[in-house]
Amino acid sequence: MTDYRETEAPAQPDVPSAGQGGTITAADAADAARLVSFGLQPKLLPARDAEYADLIRRHREDPPFARLADAVAAGLGLVVLEVSPRAGMAVAAAEDSVFAVRMGDYSRRAASDAADRFLHGLAHLAIAAMAFPRPEDLADDGYIGRITVNGIEAFVRQACRRLEETADANGENTDPATDAPGLEAAWRVYMRRSATGATKDARRLAGSTTGIIGKAVAFLVESGFLQRTGDEAGGTYRTTARYQLQVRDMAGSAAMAELLELGIVPVTDGSATLLPPDDAEALDLAADAGLPFHS
Amino acid sequence: MRPHNLSVVTVTIPHQHSSAARPAPGPAADEGLARRLKALACTAPLHDLDARKANLAGEYGVYAMAEVALAAIDLVTLNMDFDTGADHDQIIHRLLPRVAAQAPGRDTAEHERVARWVLENLINVGSVDRGFRAVYGTFGPDGAYVRRDYDFKLIEEVAGSGGSIYLRTTDEAVNVLVGALDTDVTSAQIAAEVKLEVLINRGRLADAQLAAEQARYRTVQYAEILRRTLEATRRNVRAVDWLRTVPDMIAEALDHVADRYRHENAILTNIRKARDEAEDPEHKRRAAELVDIVKDCIRRHTQLQSRLLEAGPLFRAEQDRQAFAAPPSRAGLDLYGQLVAPVLPLPVEHATRVTDAFFARGTGLRTPASVRVIDLVDGLLTPPVEREHLGAEMPEPDLVATPDDSRFTDEQLDTALALLDLPPDAPRRLSGLLAEARRTDPELPYLLALLAIHAASPPVGTAYRQGEQRLLFAVDDGTELDDPEFGGADLIVGMARLDHSARPAFEDRGSGGRAPGFGKGRGGGVPLPQPTTTRTEEQSQ
Repeated sequence: MTDYRETEAPAQPDVPSAGQGGTITAADAADAARLVSFGLQPKLLPARDAEYADLIRRHREDPPFARLADAVAAGLGLVVLEVSPRAGMAVAAAEDSVFAVRMGDYSRRAASDAADRFLHGLAHLAIAAMAFPRPEDLADDGYIGRITVNGIEAFVRQACRRLEETADANGENTDPATDAPGLEAAWRVYMRRSATGATKDARRLAGSTTGIIGKAVAFLVESGFLQRTGDEAGGTYRTTARYQLQVRDMAGSAAMAELLELGIVPVTDGSATLLPPDDAEALDLAADAGLPFHS
Repeated sequence: MRPHNLSVVTVTIPHQHSSAARPAPGPAADEGLARRLKALACTAPLHDLDARKANLAGEYGVYAMAEVALAAIDLVTLNMDFDTGADHDQIIHRLLPRVAAQAPGRDTAEHERVARWVLENLINVGSVDRGFRAVYGTFGPDGAYVRRDYDFKLIEEVAGSGGSIYLRTTDEAVNVLVGALDTDVTSAQIAAEVKLEVLINRGRLADAQLAAEQARYRTVQYAEILRRTLEATRRNVRAVDWLRTVPDMIAEALDHVADRYRHENAILTNIRKARDEAEDPEHKRRAAELVDIVKDCIRRHTQLQSRLLEAGPLFRAEQDRQAFAAPPSRAGLDLYGQLVAPVLPLPVEHATRVTDAFFARGTGLRTPASVRVIDLVDGLLTPPVEREHLGAEMPEPDLVATPDDSRFTDEQLDTALALLDLPPDAPRRLSGLLAEARRTDPELPYLLALLAIHAASPPVGTAYRQGEQRLLFAVDDGTELDDPEFGGADLIVGMARLDHSARPAFEDRGSGGRAPGFGKGRGGGVPLPQPTTTRTEEQSQ
């Protein structure tokens, strides 16, 4: 996945090449490791740090050095998504890496409570879906997504409400059997949870869906995936190049694979599914999110 | 007074409902039974309040909790706003008169505690979901008896702009409260207003108020539907049909606003007449309340209209950004269509596998913290650095007195303002004022002329916002100014009284910038229950 497109350009004379004489020196290894360590600081951008920018350039212009840096990353349990001036050395944690985030560390309640575990995961999925509403947005490197916490909440809640209405119209009884909570429909778990709530200290109610999404967004800011731009609508954020890479190349495909394993094959021609309804009267949109719901 | 325990909040599980379910003759009857059980369950939290008030620390038997709860649901429903919902404290505040009426002897703090207790219980603050759960039983197709959970909420909390939290009534609560609401919004509104007109013509104001309140509720509903549509374009132009649906919808909505505005102004005139002619003080009060309600409707329509007008430019800007961009070279993953939409209907066990996969790879990485013991020891043993509380010493500022180069002195300004402090019913010509000013001080006419010109375009909106009682204005009626020092128009200078009671009908919520005019000095006004005159309302019709 490393971007080698410009590696054909001849190395500049002042850049020491790790490949000269076929030997790799300890200094080269240290530089490669340094580059990876820059990559592990996701909020750091090459534009802000001259040494980082130099190493990025060397990675792009010196193939043996690039191989060395990639090997260091792989040895640490990291997947290199892209090395470029805009994203820096974008690395993602492999599944069993020490750098991987585990649900239990992320939220203690999620480790013990199935509903919370699902809601936390869904929050991250919904943030990505809102940040890149059209397939083109995810594919377009120049696209910057903008999201609000309340918008995501409203978006998911509306999608769930549609499912509830459909189920009602079909006369299904979606109330789960008391002794089999795992068979409850996923949307119902979301609908049941309150959107927000007043607390004594005026903070977000952590267990509410807004609280769960707010936590996910704050976490993604720490990961260098989102940048806070304002406080309106529960907090507004814009995406970074790294987030797009991570969703496109790692998370999206992994979730798709899991879905296919469950025997669900979403059929699509690659065009957006969020389209106006055929029935012109049924213009049904989520508050704050500004997206309709059609599946 | 000892604070009583407000945390006695439990999830309501009325087991008696499920035990009441008897084997039903067929699936259809069983379904009907389940539906009725659910409807019954929605009222349970209200009964529960009266049942549990005995457990509260204190003597609360006098309060009719179910009544307070229904009033709270009413208040929240009527206060559900265009943007947000009803405010917590506002609802408590409005509940107080009713609570106080139930136990006039008790103190206000207790009344407020009761109101708060009821509201918190309607939200069910103690539970994780902040909702209620009832268990009921049904017979499956195979004849097996299954107990099922029915989850519902009565009042839910939603986030407003600026991070504050507002209350909204849920569909369940509205259905319990108002009954069958599943009607066409537009026609229901028209019906409500026609009914109102008829009622007013027959002088039946009590019923008219009820109808007006219903009309307002319809207005809120209608506004809510329109608002969501307008916000769609911001994110994805193609998500809404801008060729037909939205322009049609906006045109329809504008027509609707214009129509309603005309209609409600007509009603307003009628009710005002009824209010002014009414002899019975009770009728008068009711009519005055009705005026407030209809004015509130007009305010909501005005607000709606301003949003509708913003829609066109917003679409064009977004069109530029989204639709005219070069198409991307590769196809991307449709996150909503291929992931979110298929996951939501799955059983939660399966859906969790997908969300877990996304979570594991979509959250980024965290570098584990590792500390050497020796650093830890050093770090823990280092005494904290004393922080300077006051910071560096400020250098003594070197102040130079600036020469007073004002054209006029403070005394001159006071004299000029005293001259312009005219009674509201006696405006004066500028020429007369200038002549009078010249007699006291030859410089004063210049200041007076400046003040008069400034008053020619008075900042009415600002004055309203700052709560001014009166405002200086100057009008040119075409008369030429005959003065040795000044030329131009001989302005009529007067003092207008600002009527704050009339303001809400024209207020653009939050900014309150536009006021339609100010009084012409016609004295009297209409003797009404409201404390001040209502000239501003009348002028605007």
